[in-house]
Amino acid sequence: MEFERRDAPFVTPATDVGAIMRQVLYALIPAALAYVWYFGTGFIFNLIVAGVFCVAGEAAMLRLRGKPIEATLMDYSALVTAALLAFAMPALTPWWVTATAALFGIVVAKHLYGGLGYNVFNPAMAGYVVVLIAFPMDMNLWTAARMGDIDYHFMTVAETVRYTLTGTFPDYLSFDAISRATPLDIVKAGLNDMRTFEELRIYPAMGDFGGRGWEWIGNFTAIGGAWLLLRKIIRWHIPVAVLAGLLIPSGLMYFLSTGLHPSPGFHLFSGGTILCAFFIATDPVSAATSPKGRLVYGFGIGVLIYAVREWGSYADGVAFAVLLMNMATPAIDPLKTPRIVGHQKPGRKKSQ
Amino acid sequence: MSAPTYDLGTLHGGLRLPGEKSVSTSQEIQKVPIPDQLVLPIAQHVGEAAHPVVGIGEYVLKGQLLAEPYGSLSAPIHASSSGKVVAIEPWPVSRRFGQTAPCIVIECDGDDQAIEQAQPLEPFNTLEPDVLLGKITQGGIVGLGGAVFPTGQKLMQATTMPLQYLILNGVECESYISCDDLLMREQAAEVLGGAQILMHALRVSECYVVIESDKPEALKAIGTAMGELNDDRIVLKQVPTIYPSGGEDQLVQLVTNLEVPSGGLPTDVGCVVQNVGTAAAIYRWICEGEPLIARVTTVTGPGIKAPMNVLARIGTTVADVVEFSGGYSESAEQLVIGGPMTGKSVTTDRVPLVKATNCVLVLSDTDPLGDEQPCIRCGECAVVCPIQLLPQQLFWYACADNEAKMRSHGLIDCIECGCCDLVCPSHIPLTADFRNAKARIRELADEKARAERARIRFESRNERMEQEQLSREQELAQQKDTALKAGPAAIEEIMRRQKAKDKKDADET
Repeated sequence: MEFERRDAPFVTPATDVGAIMRQVLYALIPAALAYVWYFGTGFIFNLIVAGVFCVAGEAAMLRLRGKPIEATLMDYSALVTAALLAFAMPALTPWWVTATAALFGIVVAKHLYGGLGYNVFNPAMAGYVVVLIAFPMDMNLWTAARMGDIDYHFMTVAETVRYTLTGTFPDYLSFDAISRATPLDIVKAGLNDMRTFEELRIYPAMGDFGGRGWEWIGNFTAIGGAWLLLRKIIRWHIPVAVLAGLLIPSGLMYFLSTGLHPSPGFHLFSGGTILCAFFIATDPVSAATSPKGRLVYGFGIGVLIYAVREWGSYADGVAFAVLLMNMATPAIDPLKTPRIVGHQKPGRKKSQ
Repeated sequence: MSAPTYDLGTLHGGLRLPGEKSVSTSQEIQKVPIPDQLVLPIAQHVGEAAHPVVGIGEYVLKGQLLAEPYGSLSAPIHASSSGKVVAIEPWPVSRRFGQTAPCIVIECDGDDQAIEQAQPLEPFNTLEPDVLLGKITQGGIVGLGGAVFPTGQKLMQATTMPLQYLILNGVECESYISCDDLLMREQAAEVLGGAQILMHALRVSECYVVIESDKPEALKAIGTAMGELNDDRIVLKQVPTIYPSGGEDQLVQLVTNLEVPSGGLPTDVGCVVQNVGTAAAIYRWICEGEPLIARVTTVTGPGIKAPMNVLARIGTTVADVVEFSGGYSESAEQLVIGGPMTGKSVTTDRVPLVKATNCVLVLSDTDPLGDEQPCIRCGECAVVCPIQLLPQQLFWYACADNEAKMRSHGLIDCIECGCCDLVCPSHIPLTADFRNAKARIRELADEKARAERARIRFESRNERMEQEQLSREQELAQQKDTALKAGPAAIEEIMRRQKAKDKKDADET
C-alpha cells in the first residue's frame, strides 16, 4: 500500500490564533458590562464603530496586499484591537474620532508593518495616541461614572447615538453639563494646587481606592485577566511586572512623602492600569517574548505609566508607556534569553 | 517486590500527551510467523554500513553472520531465519533522506534452522569486561530505543570516562508506543540480566531502571523480578509521564539532576543510558547466544484493525507485520515508522522492519496542520521546550537565514522533540523548519569549508607563481651578471650563436 509523506510531528495542534483571540474577547465581557453600567451605552457604539472600521481596514489592507481575506479575518485580531480601542475611548466619542483611531491602528500600525505578527507597535495604542493628540477636545470629554454628583445626567441611548453620529448635544444638554474631570485629572490638578491627596479623596468622583466606578471596572477587568491566566492564554510575567513597575515607585513616593502623591491603590484602580496589565501589555506580538524579557518589558511599562502620571502632561500614561516599551522590545529580547540546557551562560556555548 | 523511588531532578517544559497506549497493550506480545521473504538493510545502525559476507544464491542459517562491521562505527547483521540469499539490491527503507538503501534479501525456507554456536557460552561474570564489550559488538546489538547507535562502541567510549550510573530507559514517552512496556512486563528477568551484564562490562555499581508512571504493570513486573534477583545495586525509579523525558539527555537530567553539556554525552556526567530492550537483547546474546535478529514492535494507530505488540524477525516487511495485525482499517491514511512526535513518514509498506523500528503507526488523520499563520510570539513554544530554547526567536532567525543568531540561540541543541509544534497556535511546522535550518547550517559549513579549501589553493597558486617569477628574475639577473662579467666579447659571441640558431630554425621551417 502507498502513502503520502509528511513531516513529524503527526499531531495537530489543539489551538489556533482565532481561538486565542476569541478567548481574549470573552475575557473582556465582564469589564465591558461594568463599563456600560458606569458610563452608559456610548461604549457599545464605540465598540461598533471601532469594530466596523477595524475589520473594514483589515479587509482592505489584506486585499491590497494580496493576502487571504476571510481566513485572516477569522483570527479575530482586528476585533481585539477594536475592543481595546473601545475601552480606551471616552464613553462619548464622535464616530470619526474612533474611526480614525481604528484605521490608523489597523492600516498604519499593523498592516504597513507587515500585518499580524510583524507589527512593532500595539495597534490599539498607536491608534489611541494618534487621536489623543489629534482630537484633544473630544478625547478629554469624559462623563462621570454613575453614582456621581447630584446634578448628574446619565446619557440616554438616543442622546448617545446622536452624539456618536454628529458630535452634538440636544438643546437641553451641553458639553459642560455632562463632562467631568476624571479622577486622574482631579488628583493631578489638585496636587499641583498644593492640596494633599487625602483632601482630594473626599471628592464625589473618588471611590475607595481609585475613581468611583473606575475601580469596579478594574475589578471586572481583573476577573477576565485571571480567567486568561487560568486558561494559559497569557502568562503571569507581564501583568505582575506591570503592576510591580507601577506599585513599587508609587508606593515608595506615597509612603516617603505622605499626602504629596496619590496612593498605590489609587494608581492601581485608576485609568487603564488593570486593562493594560492583563490585556494591552500582554499583546504578544509587540511584547518581549522570553520570560525574563517579559518581566523587564512589563516593569518598564509600569514605571513609565507612573512617570507619565506623575510628571507628564497627560493624566494617564498607559498608551505612551506601552508604545515606548514596544520600541524597546527588540533590544530587550536578545539580552534576556534563558540559559539553554547544557550551556553555562545564556546563549553561550560551553564546548563545541 | 521492590518499591520504586521518586526523588527526581527537574526537566523544563515538556507536554502531557494523550497516551493512546491501551489499544495495543490489551494482549501479550504476539509472534509474527516466518515471512516468505526477509529484507535486511546493511545499514541499520548509526555509522558505516556493514559489508556483506554472503553471496547471492548462498544458503544461510538463522543467526548466521550476513554482513560484518566495517570501519570504526558499525555493527554486524545476522540472518533472522534460514533460507537462500536471492538478492543484494536497493530496497525502500524507512529513512528520512533517500528512499532506498542496499539490502540483503533472503527467501525463507520456513525451517528456521539455527546456526551452531561457534563458541560455547560462558557465564558473563567470568569474562573480562573488555572481552565482554567485544562480544556485545559481535551480537549486532544496537540501541533499540530508536537511535540505533552500535552498543559495543557506545560502551567502549563510556569506559574511557569516570562512570557512576547505568540508567536503563523504560520511559517510552511517545504516544501509541508500548513495546518497551510489554517487554518489561513479559521479559523483566532478561532486562535485569542485561543490566547485570552491562554493570559488569562498565564496572559500575549503581543502576537505575527508570519507568514512567503510566506503566503500572511494567513497574510491578520489574519490581517483582528485582525482588527475586535480590541485587541491591539496581534501583527502580518511577518518573512522571511527561514527553520527552525518555530522551537520553532528558532522562539523565530527570534522574540525576545533572545536565549533559551541549554537544556532549551522558558519559560527561558519569551516566550511561541503555534502552530496556537493548538490555534484554544483550542478555539473550550473552547468555543464550541469540544475536539481535528479532525485536518487539508496536503495530498500532487508528489505521490498524487489531493493534498489538508483535515479536517480529528483523527484515520482515511492514506489509507482513500489518497483515498479521489484522490489516489496515478503512481510515488508514498515513504510515509512520516510530511515534507520532518524532517518527518518519514512509510512502510504502514494502519497507522492512529494522533494528530501530519500535513502532509501526498507521494514522487516519491526514488533515494537514491547517494553514500556517504568522507567528504571534505568544511564547508557548518556549514554555514547553525541554532545552529552554526560544523557538519563536529561532524561527525568526531561520526565516532570515541568520546563521550566527541561530547558533547563539541554540539551534544545534534542539532535540527535535516536536513539543513546540503542538502548542503553536499559528500552526507553524517549527520542528521541520529547524530540521531544515540545521541541514542548511551544515551545508553552509560545508560551503565554507569548500570555499576555504579553494581560497587556500588559490593563495598557494599565487604564491607559487610569485616564487616562479622571482626565481626566473633571479636567473635572468644571474645570466646577465655572468655575461657582463665575461665582457663584451663574450656577449657578442652569445649573440652570434643565437642568431645562427635562429637562422637555422628559420631554414628548417
